[in-house]
Amino acid sequence: MYRNHILVCGGTGCSSGNSKKVHDEFEIQIKEAGLENEVKIITTGCFGLCACGPVVVVYPEGAFYQHIKPENVKEIVDEHIIKGRIVSKLLYKETSETNIKALNETAFYKNQKRVALKNCGYIDPENVEEYIAYDGYQALIKCYNELTPQEVVDIVKASGLRGRGGGGFPTGLKWQFTKNSVNDKKFVCCNADEGDPGAFMDRSVLEGDPHAVIEAMTIAGYAIGSDQGYVYVRAEYPIAVKRLQIAINQAKAYGLLGKNILGTNNNFDLEIRLGSGAFVCGEETALMASIEGLRGEPRPRPPFPAVKGLFGKPTLLNNVETYANIPQIILKGADWFASMGTEKSKGTKVFALGGKITNTGLVEIPMGTTLRTIIEDIGGGIPNGKKFKAAQTGGPSGGCIPAMHFDIPMDYDNLISIGSMMGSGGLIVMDEDNCMVDIAKFFLEFTQEESCGKCTPCRIGTKRLLEYLEKITEGKATMQDLDDMEKLCYYIKDNSLCGLGQTAPNPVLSTLRYFRDEYEAHVKEKRCPAGVCKSLLQYYITEDCKGCTLCAKKCPVGAISGKVKERHIIDVDKCIKCGVCKDVCKFGAVIKK
Amino acid sequence: MSKIKLTKVAFNGTAEQEKQLRDKLAEIKKMDGALMPALQTAQGIYGYLPIEVQDIVAEELGLRQEEVFGVATFYSQFTLNPQGKKQISVCLGTACYVKGSGEVLEKFKTTLGLDAGECSADGYFSLLATRCVGCCGLAPVLTVNDKVYGKVTVSDVEKIIAENR
Repeated sequence: MYRNHILVCGGTGCSSGNSKKVHDEFEIQIKEAGLENEVKIITTGCFGLCACGPVVVVYPEGAFYQHIKPENVKEIVDEHIIKGRIVSKLLYKETSETNIKALNETAFYKNQKRVALKNCGYIDPENVEEYIAYDGYQALIKCYNELTPQEVVDIVKASGLRGRGGGGFPTGLKWQFTKNSVNDKKFVCCNADEGDPGAFMDRSVLEGDPHAVIEAMTIAGYAIGSDQGYVYVRAEYPIAVKRLQIAINQAKAYGLLGKNILGTNNNFDLEIRLGSGAFVCGEETALMASIEGLRGEPRPRPPFPAVKGLFGKPTLLNNVETYANIPQIILKGADWFASMGTEKSKGTKVFALGGKITNTGLVEIPMGTTLRTIIEDIGGGIPNGKKFKAAQTGGPSGGCIPAMHFDIPMDYDNLISIGSMMGSGGLIVMDEDNCMVDIAKFFLEFTQEESCGKCTPCRIGTKRLLEYLEKITEGKATMQDLDDMEKLCYYIKDNSLCGLGQTAPNPVLSTLRYFRDEYEAHVKEKRCPAGVCKSLLQYYITEDCKGCTLCAKKCPVGAISGKVKERHIIDVDKCIKCGVCKDVCKFGAVIKK
Repeated sequence: MSKIKLTKVAFNGTAEQEKQLRDKLAEIKKMDGALMPALQTAQGIYGYLPIEVQDIVAEELGLRQEEVFGVATFYSQFTLNPQGKKQISVCLGTACYVKGSGEVLEKFKTTLGLDAGECSADGYFSLLATRCVGCCGLAPVLTVNDKVYGKVTVSDVEKIIAENR
């Protein structure tokens, strides 16, 4: 027994902030204090509150330390571990305000409900015994001992679980279709090709609780009659790949994977395959082509993967977060899961909160939570006193949610009705300084580059669509262009082969729907209201200018003139809008307008 | 997909590299769908995938040259050009972009005189625009090889270049 547990976050966010060194420093300090038999130090998966990283939690008190650097470690060991005095100046601010508050009572955690992330930040993901101690592999045992494959499928169906990759297709139905296909070989695949820029839910699950995915895929193998699985992971996720491989090796060593699992006649093997940076491989048929060693190009459906998938065999393909829900649904029952969420969207959803928001990080909330709760309560609002403009969900396939829909319950169907989509769970907050035309252009640049080129509406359509947006942001577009652009959007949606093209125009359509005035300002007045689109702005020196002459010296084209201690002036005809003057001004006197 | 640029740098792979690759390929070719792992392994050894290396892969796996070329040029992580000693990758994921990483990339382009995807003439710096490093809490983020720089602003750019020169 240990008297203290020190949990160091090893998610990608905290690792980038050097949490590995913090862990090593704790080992050194604890050893020096001679406490290595009394205090256990473990590196866990993501706690969620990435804005405060690197994060360290000390149990049994549950003291939540934020922004910990290696040089803070000695103080924590001396004061907290040895003398029992929590170092309150290093605590997460909300927990230290009056008296020490428990973490799950803070605004960030109190509105959350952790199912898929249950173990993330609590267990050592590189130790299978910790997973087992938290009911790990109990669901698999229950399936083998008490349930027939059809009963497993029925439980998943009754739970109302829908695909967490974004499409929202009922998971149980997918399992049933694949089970119904008759073939001597079937495959279970996991889609961990999380390509939406700004989304990192699946990665956090793989990094924090890899055994949950392995257990769920083994259960799926039992349910549909398959003995071989593949996890397709982005190569950009080295920590996730490493931990998943360790977990697979440990599961094999414990007889939880491989031949005759748990002494039964059931076999299931699992292999990792790495992607190589192609967004389209998140589409199911493209993903399977990539595992087969081909160019990751989608093909028309039907036949659906449940009938003819990987290597031509029936294949079940689910997303990481979908799998992460399965063991608990089996253990706690379909009714428990269905009691959370809204009428048609059951359970919880993990979102990656990013952009202009105080508490960036990973949150899991019951379906139907409002955007207001997510942004104001959990997210801690918009920093620097700026005004909320829109939240973007669904990445390059999704759309923007403006302030007028702040109180709409977030679920699959509501988000589609307001022109966005759930997507895999990226939620990027934008404030008044973000130009919505520029954001639409940003997403189109992405989809245009990632279009695989197989079908014409997507390959050429996205290129033409991007050209319209470039024209608008350069102030060269007409109102006729706006109308033509909208028509082109619907053409691309209706005629593209796969989900990438069918959803690529969504960022344009949703910004046109809610922020048409911004588009019109670019077209009619040749003005960017948010001050982002470079060709449309002018640099201007205000009355705050002290006449220090620094900007005039730094201007590469000599466009700034003025006497010492007098207000300077920019010659707009000479100005190349490089922004150096704004960067160097110590008085904030250079503005864009 | 982006345009294919073929390298002008002469291939200078060693006999040891070739032996290492052929040994590994002998194992890999037993897998179903071996081409992706094969190319990932080859790039791990050589740092990039020039035609000469693609030919070895094609030969060992019993594939046609154009099949290998087709896959090598489809995926953005495979590169046909040698990369610089220091790879500067600026994240253009959404969270970083809304916080100004586009401007940071522009600053690198003008300061280094390189476009995204290019390598400097001395082979020292290469500049890349990447999609989501996954630490959105630190946005805007960039990496130089394995080192991560968080909350970067335009005014940090020159310092970061100097630090890595």
